[in-house]
Amino acid sequence: MKRIVVAAGFFAATVAAVAADDPIAARRALMKETGKQAAAGAAMIKGEAPFDLDKAKAIFVTIQNTAVKAPPLFPDTSKQGGETAALPAIWDNKADFEARFTKLGADAKAAEASVTDLASFKTAFGGVGKDCGGCHETYRLKKQ
Amino acid sequence: MSLMAGRYVVLAGLVAAVVGAAAFWIITTPSVVPASALPAYTPSIDNGRTMFNAGGCASCHAMPGQPDRLKLGGGLAIPSPFGTFYAPNISPDAQDGIGRWSEADFVTAVLKGTSPRGEHYFPAFPYPSYQHASLSDVRDLFAFLKTLPPVAGKVRGHDVAFPFNIRRDLGGWKFLFLDGKPFAPDPAQSEAWNRGAYLVNGLGHCAECHSPRNLLGGIVAAQRFAGGPNPEGKGWVPNITQKGIGDWSEKTIAYFLETGETPDGDSVGGSMTRVIRNMAELSDADRMAMAVYLKSLPPVEGPPKPAQPATK
Repeated sequence: MKRIVVAAGFFAATVAAVAADDPIAARRALMKETGKQAAAGAAMIKGEAPFDLDKAKAIFVTIQNTAVKAPPLFPDTSKQGGETAALPAIWDNKADFEARFTKLGADAKAAEASVTDLASFKTAFGGVGKDCGGCHETYRLKKQ
Repeated sequence: MSLMAGRYVVLAGLVAAVVGAAAFWIITTPSVVPASALPAYTPSIDNGRTMFNAGGCASCHAMPGQPDRLKLGGGLAIPSPFGTFYAPNISPDAQDGIGRWSEADFVTAVLKGTSPRGEHYFPAFPYPSYQHASLSDVRDLFAFLKTLPPVAGKVRGHDVAFPFNIRRDLGGWKFLFLDGKPFAPDPAQSEAWNRGAYLVNGLGHCAECHSPRNLLGGIVAAQRFAGGPNPEGKGWVPNITQKGIGDWSEKTIAYFLETGETPDGDSVGGSMTRVIRNMAELSDADRMAMAVYLKSLPPVEGPPKPAQPATK
């Protein structure tokens, strides 16, 4: 657990440093790291990795952090000008876009509190995953 | 040229024109399934629900901008290179939906792509895939749709420009791209594989988006499932042959269909999000069957992507 926290701290520092001058790269790194955690969660659910309660909770902590850090990484100046799959709809519906991150953070916090075993993790993880998909549905370009 | 020979030429021309017109007429006549072709049957509403989810009906026909996938008032705009289609109301509303349709009307629509008025539907309605569904599954689906709430409100007409708006011509399109064959199981394959093949190629209609299309809007058969440009606009639809997802296990594919989560932890977006909402309602066994079939698709190279780094 301690190691995860330290790693998350390092990662947060990196994101902060990059964010100042390149929000597109920063949000891509943030999403990638969040995805890594999500993949770790999926591996436990699929039985490819043993269930670990600390790890499970840490996944939801990462997602809460993402929910806080992501919105400022979409300034008006970052609609284009880099490799981005962010759709213009984000800036047309900024209030909804940000409200979704608020909801993601709240859902991840509730999920962190609710998880006690693999079964409750599966339910909680699935619920939070719907927030991810809901936002990608509207605000991210189809990609391969 | 003598007068006599000239007459023959004119006559031959007339005959060719008449034969051509007759051929056009025959080829483009919308086919129907008459009520007399439907034997007595007690439909299963439960199986109808499964078929509703497998078919992804809600993806296009649920009213946009509200959360209830069972409110099938339609209205979703579906852009395409030929114009914009608007998903019709298929709720059981008698005025604006399909409340007055007979069972034969519905079977004809789904299996033949022909409306109760005897017109061809545009293949934005994925009947090139639906035609492979079994008659009993389609009848069950109809019975299930009848249990849903009626939604009032007619959907606006499609916005399709000449010449594509001539529905009669779609008979020619069907002649080229519809085989009219029901799904035939492969006895050499497992039961799960056959179930998966049936769901993926029939009601699931995966190939409709995950395949490149030719200039006439038909699926390029040799590149079925190999992905291509997003027919609805920007972006790219992924290759789901083993060329594209060779490193996904069957379990990974089934998990993806349930959750929308890819092996790298990404959560899928765009219209696939709606597809996942349908797939999530299926049984584990059905999702696994689809995974078994998809995993068996030989690797096929898709069309070349525009020179731009893949966003990953």
